[in-house]
Amino acid sequence: MQKIMVCLKRVVDYNVRIRLRPDHSGVVSDGVKMSINPFDEIALEEALRLRERGLASEVFVVSIGPSDCQQQLRTGLAMGADRAVLVEEDGEVAPLTAARAFLKLVEREQPDLVLLGKQAIDDDCNQTGQMLAALWDRPQATFASKLEVNGGSATVTREVDAGLEVIEVELPAVVTADLRLNEPRYVKLPEIMKAKKKPLETLTLGGLGVEADTSLRTLAWNEPQERQKGVMVSDVPALVAALHDKGFFN
Amino acid sequence: MSKILIIAEHGDGRLNQSTARCVSCALQIDGAGADVLVLGDDCATVAAEAASLQGVARVLSVQRPENAAPLAAVLAPQVAALAAGYSHVLGPSTTFGKDLMPRVAALLGVAQVSDLMAVEGPRRFRRPVYAGNAIVTVEVAEGRPVVATVRTASFKPSTAGGAASIESVGSAAALPGHSRFVELRRGGGGARPDLQTARVVVSGGRGVGSEANFTLLYQLADKIGAAVGASRAAVDAGYVPNDMQVGQTGKIIAPELYLAFGISGAIQHLTGIKDAGLIVAINKDPEASIFQAADIGLVGDLFEIIPALERALG
Ligand SMILES: Cc1cc2nc3c(=O)[nH]c(=O)nc-3n(C[C@H](O)[C@H](O)[C@H](O)COP(=O)(O)OP(=O)(O)OC[C@H]3O[C@@H](n4cnc5c(N)ncnc54)[C@H](O)[C@@H]3O)c2cc1C
Ligand SMILES: Nc1ncnc2c1ncn2[C@@H]1O[C@H](COP(=O)(O)O)[C@@H](O)[C@H]1O
Repeated sequence: MQKIMVCLKRVVDYNVRIRLRPDHSGVVSDGVKMSINPFDEIALEEALRLRERGLASEVFVVSIGPSDCQQQLRTGLAMGADRAVLVEEDGEVAPLTAARAFLKLVEREQPDLVLLGKQAIDDDCNQTGQMLAALWDRPQATFASKLEVNGGSATVTREVDAGLEVIEVELPAVVTADLRLNEPRYVKLPEIMKAKKKPLETLTLGGLGVEADTSLRTLAWNEPQERQKGVMVSDVPALVAALHDKGFFN
Repeated sequence: MSKILIIAEHGDGRLNQSTARCVSCALQIDGAGADVLVLGDDCATVAAEAASLQGVARVLSVQRPENAAPLAAVLAPQVAALAAGYSHVLGPSTTFGKDLMPRVAALLGVAQVSDLMAVEGPRRFRRPVYAGNAIVTVEVAEGRPVVATVRTASFKPSTAGGAASIESVGSAAALPGHSRFVELRRGGGGARPDLQTARVVVSGGRGVGSEANFTLLYQLADKIGAAVGASRAAVDAGYVPNDMQVGQTGKIIAPELYLAFGISGAIQHLTGIKDAGLIVAINKDPEASIFQAADIGLVGDLFEIIPALERALG
């Protein structure tokens, strides 16, 4: 395999407590810790392992978003990616728009494998990889927990509701990473220094000739409904009584 | 007026209950109900089950040997071709629908509404983002088909009592040969009720400590007719198989009763049980955040509480 492309989205870190802006125009992101989407970090780790096993010669990372995405791309480079591409865009990037941009890069770069996260933990859409695969007219293997590359094809184990599904796809293909695919490495300080010298190219959506999707508009942001405050019981008999009281096990 | 197409999910020759939940969602979009599309290699039983659901106007069935396994790359072109003339195309927000529907949306050139949880109008819906920490209202532009996955926990299944017609339809769509189903390795549910449809779910976290200790939960579950779920930590530690994971990246469930043992209550877990009727938490740490989310909490050691509970309920 020659090349693997990995998509890294910059998202609010998963440990941050999400708060709505006072005017309900979105969530608070100023001064909030931002990170690589956790699933994307796993996708990158998998690509790096394939390269380290001699199954790929180059791994490049791509992000679409504001110029601050450079931070996440640099982290990706420090993890071991060879180079990075930033598609700069300050507005919201819908999954279909992202998929169209990734397709342009795929056409330019001709990767054998594109790895993405199964879902971005901000929009929770779980769409982009599938959309890219459709536009590219190539196979998709979503929710991957195991990936084996054998020559011109890949065998992928997928986490599905019924258990584990195994499929075989011809390359090039799109694979989206689930949590159990691997455990991403920690970056070491020298790697961070080295990453500063690795190439980072900047493009724009317009420059790539990508039309932004406008078919879905967000009208309002709201807090989720709070559950009523619960009660504490002191022992098993009290718990059983409370369950009976709610109509269970009578 | 809306014209709605629902993509049926099925396995082992049976219709999955997620389809009946999509029908309820469709009825809220348009009282006239929906057509259901069954794609399979031998779908007579599944089609008949779909036809018996209230709110189903017609069942369309496409039987092709290539449809034996639900490969998104194979199914999507067929769905996209048959979607012509429909204002809405709905699938369940299960791994089947999450895999397939975005591929359909991209072929149709539109965005997808993921995890549709409430209908505010024919083109206006609510959906959760940030693991359910915020809810957005979204609207699909006029003149574009609505493609959505329906958050199954948010809709009750439509019940039997309908009598829709069943039509066999051909599909001329060219299908790719680049993807091949190899096998399905079933998870740990066994003969227990299905996690996604069970009335009562007993769930264990890292606090359960080992695969062997999970037997305690299985015994309790069998005594009270419950399904068994788990936190991600329990799955990652190898105590239980992946299909038992509840949460943001596992299953989103809405049982009437959820009993959580040794689960701390991380937001990614809680997002999977928000719609449960009654949440009961048992944890030895009084500060555990699951107690903030629970309707009934009990501080204590699960290894003492589970056997006592089993005796009391048995
Ligand atoms: C992107 C992302 C997605 C995620 N998706 C999910 C998901 O879908 N589902 C999910 O569950 N998690 C998910 N997580 C992980 C989540 O953040 C937590 O790490 C996980 O839920 C913790 O599992 P736990 O509560 O079992 O373990 P812990 O947090 O370790 O809690 C164990 C609890 O057991 C209690 N305990 C220990 N011994 C006993 C005893 N003898 N009796 C009673 N109580 C005891 C302890 O007090 C403690 O509260 C995700 C994380 C990320 C980053
Ligand atoms: N703006 C973006 N930049 C980089 N990668 C993205 C972007 N949007 C989506 N992705 C990739 O697509 C995956 C799924 O995203 P989503 O469909 O939004 O849940 C993410 O895990 C990323 O790998």
